Amino acid sequence: MVDTVLQVEGLTRTFDVSKPWLNRVLERDHKQFLTAVDNVTFGIERGETFALVGESGSGKSTIAKLIVGLLKPSRGTIAFDGQPMSFESGTAMRNLRRRFQMIFQDPFASLNPRWRVGEIIAEPIRTFGLASGADVHREVARLLEVVGLSATDAGKFPHEFSGGQRQRIAIARALSSKPEFIVCDEPTSALDVSVQAQILNLMRDLQDEFGLTYLLISHDLSVVRHMANRIGVLYLGRIVEVADSKRLFTDPQHPYTRMLLDAVPDLALSGRRRTPVTGEIPNPINPPSGCTFHPRCPHVMDICRGDPPAQTPTATGAAACYLLTEPVGS
Amino acid sequence: MSQTEQSQTERGKTPGRLARAWDSDIAWSFRHSPVAIVAGAVSVLIILAAIFAPLIAPHDPFNPATLNLMDGFTPPMEPNAFTGNVYWLGTDNQGRDVFSTILYGARISLFVGFAAVILAMVLGIAAGLVAGYRGGWVDGLLMRFADVQLTFPSILLALLIFGIARGFIPPAYREEMAIWVLIVAIGLSDWVQYARVVRGATMVEKNKEYVQAAKVIGAHPAKIVLRHILPNVLGPVLVIATIGLALAIIAEATLSFLGVGVPPTQPSLGTLIRIGQGFLFSGEWWILLFPSITLLALALSVNLLGDWLRDALNPRLR
Repeated sequence: MVDTVLQVEGLTRTFDVSKPWLNRVLERDHKQFLTAVDNVTFGIERGETFALVGESGSGKSTIAKLIVGLLKPSRGTIAFDGQPMSFESGTAMRNLRRRFQMIFQDPFASLNPRWRVGEIIAEPIRTFGLASGADVHREVARLLEVVGLSATDAGKFPHEFSGGQRQRIAIARALSSKPEFIVCDEPTSALDVSVQAQILNLMRDLQDEFGLTYLLISHDLSVVRHMANRIGVLYLGRIVEVADSKRLFTDPQHPYTRMLLDAVPDLALSGRRRTPVTGEIPNPINPPSGCTFHPRCPHVMDICRGDPPAQTPTATGAAACYLLTEPVGS
Repeated sequence: MSQTEQSQTERGKTPGRLARAWDSDIAWSFRHSPVAIVAGAVSVLIILAAIFAPLIAPHDPFNPATLNLMDGFTPPMEPNAFTGNVYWLGTDNQGRDVFSTILYGARISLFVGFAAVILAMVLGIAAGLVAGYRGGWVDGLLMRFADVQLTFPSILLALLIFGIARGFIPPAYREEMAIWVLIVAIGLSDWVQYARVVRGATMVEKNKEYVQAAKVIGAHPAKIVLRHILPNVLGPVLVIATIGLALAIIAEATLSFLGVGVPPTQPSLGTLIRIGQGFLFSGEWWILLFPSITLLALALSVNLLGDWLRDALNPRLR
């Protein structure tokens, strides 16, 4: 019954961060690899918004790039609507590509400054051959109005727009190939707070109107809470907890999730006791053994330093923590 | 009512190309830089004079039928002792009007300069785009080649290319091919700086999100490079091209002065200077001086224009 749009299975991506060959030989160093994404598995159902949250360097953006094919996975598979993505050229991949799109973080970098807005939005239409001639202009005008801009804006250059308007243009471009699934990589983090809500509400309206499925990448828990149905929490390239949005905020299972939630400042100054965030995300080139969170974890046990914990089912998802399987105090 | 309102706002939003060009930052910077105005005026004057040389020149210096050896060595603005003819800038040993030879000489100098810069630009931009976008061993190979070429002075390299090319061309065609060989020699010795700048700019641009957006929809790499990246790396290229034009004109003059450039039957400014320096110590100073001043004015004004353009296009200096 479950209609899965995107299934990610055991996704792993390592980067070679070795010094140049000559330095390695002279300094007797070994090759060094950074595991940015480590054995990540999740699925996204049609029509929902799945959010990935985590600190800087947790591998959020790498996952986004892997899914849209900007990076090749080292291991693991990505399947879109049941079809594995190969990212080789070919008509099958071409047809798949039309059905997913991406919205980028920085609206000042994501629009080619030398192109007119109309050309920018028309690029996917032309690349996929969805329309030709005057139909392209009509479609561009329609899309501009869908995202709350004016049809006459097509003749302008990106620098004539504000950050929020540029992000609307980027959304119009993403919609122009009539996709089903959109990867949103921190779509509001470069925007003013007052504009963020407008863009997020626009994205929600468009989701209802076109039946879109979103993968939302964000470090901002308030954005995630506003948008997501389900949330995956990333730490050092691994998913430590997946749960329904409400459940995650009210009843976090993993100590890292709890720490993240405690770190959100609230204006009410409720005076509730918080566990302050301690430490920083470790160097991913040389991650801690076992559960990579153990050096920062307030509940660390001996077993945490051994093998990494497996995903344990929770009420609405899963979490990878020995607290859920081992009796406390063992 | 609403119809007219809309057409008015549209007219207000899209003024003519000329008006927009006049309003642009570059035009503003130009209007407020006396150096750029003077340098621009001198460059345009010399370029126009060179283009319309056949119409402007009072004599045709390369038609032996119109030459009178008796007119030889006429000083500027003085009547010739035998014929009584007056020449503005005097004549050379063969009675050729120096002013006319300068016009025709500037024509050849500018043609060689522009053509060499275009050749260097095309080669350099292509190499820079490929190296910067592909990266890896392609980048390594192209850039090490460029490094090796940079270790030789470009004039030496031009001499080398010139010599090799002459070896391949049958003697009968050498005279008429000389200009093209010169262009290839200067162009091939100058491509490296374009390649380096374009490579650097390409490496910056290719990681920007608008390029990633094009990759996500599976746009062809050639299309990404030519339509997305190329327009965004042309700014700095324009600056080097302007300064490169001055350098190419000087390189041509140097080669012609050394006697390996264009043949004396189609003298460039460099050839004229070479001919003129032979008469310096016998007192006929004008044969050397006027071509030299023209070359100096041309190279200096183009160079100053390049400097101004570099500053005007550099957002950090605004």
